[in-house]
Amino acid sequence: MAQMNMVQAINDALRLEMKRDDRVVVLGEDVGKVGGVFRVTAGLYDEFGEERVIDTPLSEGGIIGTAIGMALYGLVPVPEIQFADFIFPAYDQIVSELAKYRYRSGGEYPCKMVIRTPVGGGIRGGHYHSQSPEAQFIHVAGLKVVCPSNAADAKGLLLAAIRDPDPVLFFEPKRVYRAAKGEVPEGDYTVPLGQAKVVRPGKDVTIVTWGAMVYEALDAANKASVEGVECEIVDLRTLWPLDIDSVVGSVKKTGRLVVVHEAPRSCGLGGEIVALVNEKAFLHLEAPPVRVTGFDTPFPYTLEMEYLPLAHRILPAVLATAKY
Amino acid sequence: MTTVSNDRGPHHRSAERRPEDALAADVLRVMRPDGSLDPAADPHLSDAEVLELYRAMVRTRVVDERAVALQRQGRIGFHIGSLGEEATIVGSAFALRPQDWLFPCYREFGAALLRGLPLERYFDNLFGNAGDLAKGRQMPDHWCDRAHRLGSVSSPIGTQITQAVGFAWAARLRREDVVALVYFGDGATSSSDFHNGLNFAGVYRTPTVLLCRNNGWAISVPTARQTASEGFASKGAAYGVHGVRCDGNDLFAVVRACREAIARASRGDGPTLVEALTYRMSGHSTSDDPKAYRPEGEVARFGELDPIERLRAHLVLRGQWSAPAEAALHAELAEQVRACLAAAEQKPAPALASMFEDVYAEPPWHLCEQREALLAGPRAKGHGG
Ligand SMILES: Cc1ncc(C[n+]2csc(CCOP(=O)(O)OP(=O)(O)O)c2C)c(N)n1
Ligand SMILES: [Mg+2]
Repeated sequence: MAQMNMVQAINDALRLEMKRDDRVVVLGEDVGKVGGVFRVTAGLYDEFGEERVIDTPLSEGGIIGTAIGMALYGLVPVPEIQFADFIFPAYDQIVSELAKYRYRSGGEYPCKMVIRTPVGGGIRGGHYHSQSPEAQFIHVAGLKVVCPSNAADAKGLLLAAIRDPDPVLFFEPKRVYRAAKGEVPEGDYTVPLGQAKVVRPGKDVTIVTWGAMVYEALDAANKASVEGVECEIVDLRTLWPLDIDSVVGSVKKTGRLVVVHEAPRSCGLGGEIVALVNEKAFLHLEAPPVRVTGFDTPFPYTLEMEYLPLAHRILPAVLATAKY
Repeated sequence: MTTVSNDRGPHHRSAERRPEDALAADVLRVMRPDGSLDPAADPHLSDAEVLELYRAMVRTRVVDERAVALQRQGRIGFHIGSLGEEATIVGSAFALRPQDWLFPCYREFGAALLRGLPLERYFDNLFGNAGDLAKGRQMPDHWCDRAHRLGSVSSPIGTQITQAVGFAWAARLRREDVVALVYFGDGATSSSDFHNGLNFAGVYRTPTVLLCRNNGWAISVPTARQTASEGFASKGAAYGVHGVRCDGNDLFAVVRACREAIARASRGDGPTLVEALTYRMSGHSTSDDPKAYRPEGEVARFGELDPIERLRAHLVLRGQWSAPAEAALHAELAEQVRACLAAAEQKPAPALASMFEDVYAEPPWHLCEQREALLAGPRAKGHGG
């Protein structure tokens, strides 16, 4: 085991898989020589050369469109979009093409890649360096969506994603890129897609969350514990298809649900989780499910810490749900 | 069967930015190495105009350096500057007529100040405070100022290009003599908006000036990675858009190229793609460390073409420069910056409730509900409300 932060763990996974499978290519803006603006691809250019670690022109549509072509030919592209906020010029290629290739060709053309991109706020990034657009991809049939909260999961999930037969959006919570430091197993291992993890067991309230908000939920859970309320925190890890058994199982135990996500409230993944729990565990509920989320506004700059669903907003929601 | 051959080989790097590019025959230059002006190309600025522009360029640099220092001290979160690009930015804005509009990229605060954005408002934007015209909602250097015909800065690369084309097109449909000038970088020429912008501008002959600041870099990616063609002005031809290259560190060349482009647009002769050859002498922004990718010595080589020093050499020849005047200018600017900065720094953060304004013209029920919940709830650390 080695101590790594999330940046190092993702870098480790990329290096390992590029050594193991020579079809894997990394492409994107600034990913080559400089190793990415967050240094996630650092050293790969020197190790694997400019044909496998490719600095591209500034065009996300170009990056994903050509990556689709590479995938159709038989390569395994792992494109990086510099910030999730800049994925939209590629939205057409992702939504109209990548997501539908297998289906529209009757299974003749499976088309897979892993699109890595940093998400989330709390880094003073304003409108365009802070967003969490996962729901805008979950709503598209054919895409898998992953968001790790810690270094060990990030490595194992990325290796699983690259080996998965379907296209995966791999959202990296940049606020904890360096802060999420921990033991990371050496060598090859995967964290299977579609499996959530209970990161804190508890009997009173279930908190479902992912990414950087896992730490806020833990903070709130510790404070709730002082007041005699024990939270169970489910870190989804794979956002779609989500681990329905873990979510429903936990809610059946606690009878109470709080979903926490950074993305705007309306039509966010939280809404879907609440609907699923209502459908599958209605008679177990002791309180109305609650969402603690970003607001339905563009992501603000100066007021970002008021926008984010941090511990100070999670705690009262948890306590109110527990007392309901 | 015909084959297309690329006589420069598959790995040619013809668009690589080198200081000597500005000497190429097809590049518009006015200033000679000794600071004198080529009479055939001289845009004939008055003494007062040249001095005004020199002051504006120096002010841009002084403010830039101050903003970097503020970021380093943790007093603002970010800055993206224009070190080395002052002639391109100030000269182009100067060329505009009062009725014209400017669609910024993110490095052109110097153009905004020249067009009337008050310096204190700019600092308000850097602090993201309650006085910021964008209400503290965007990152530093993402300003707007409609009263001065300055558009709204957006981070996503290239989006302003098509918008400026549409804006100018609308003016034409209204039979009004208004030109829109839009800034973007060499990297932005790879965006789909660049190609859409040129195409629409060409098809509808819109009165737009598309100004490409070719500063050699898009963060760590060199110009040669954005295009296999020799520079960017030539891209106009395929879209039926007039293209010119100018020495972007030669104030007079920028003024001349932009004035001609504006006159052409105003006459109804359509858009111009102006490629200004300049150089990004700083890192991409305060978040970037160019040591990791920029060749040793490159800044020094381009530093020889520093636009402010070149203009100063011209002022000396013109008999318009003196050491005491320079010292007085710097003292005056230091005082202006000090006063505006002090005023801006003490302003409060935007009000909490303002987060929910302007999402729509009127906040719908769900935003009212969310606003009330936020106001009634606990405050985040470090936010007094
Ligand atoms: C659509 C999009 N993709 C990526 C980015 C991240 N990014 C910000 S600036 C930049 C480079 C821009 O280079 P250029 O157009 O040459 O302008 P310059 O910064 O040199 O003035 C990149 C890649 C972005 N802002 N928008
Ligand atoms: Mg550039």
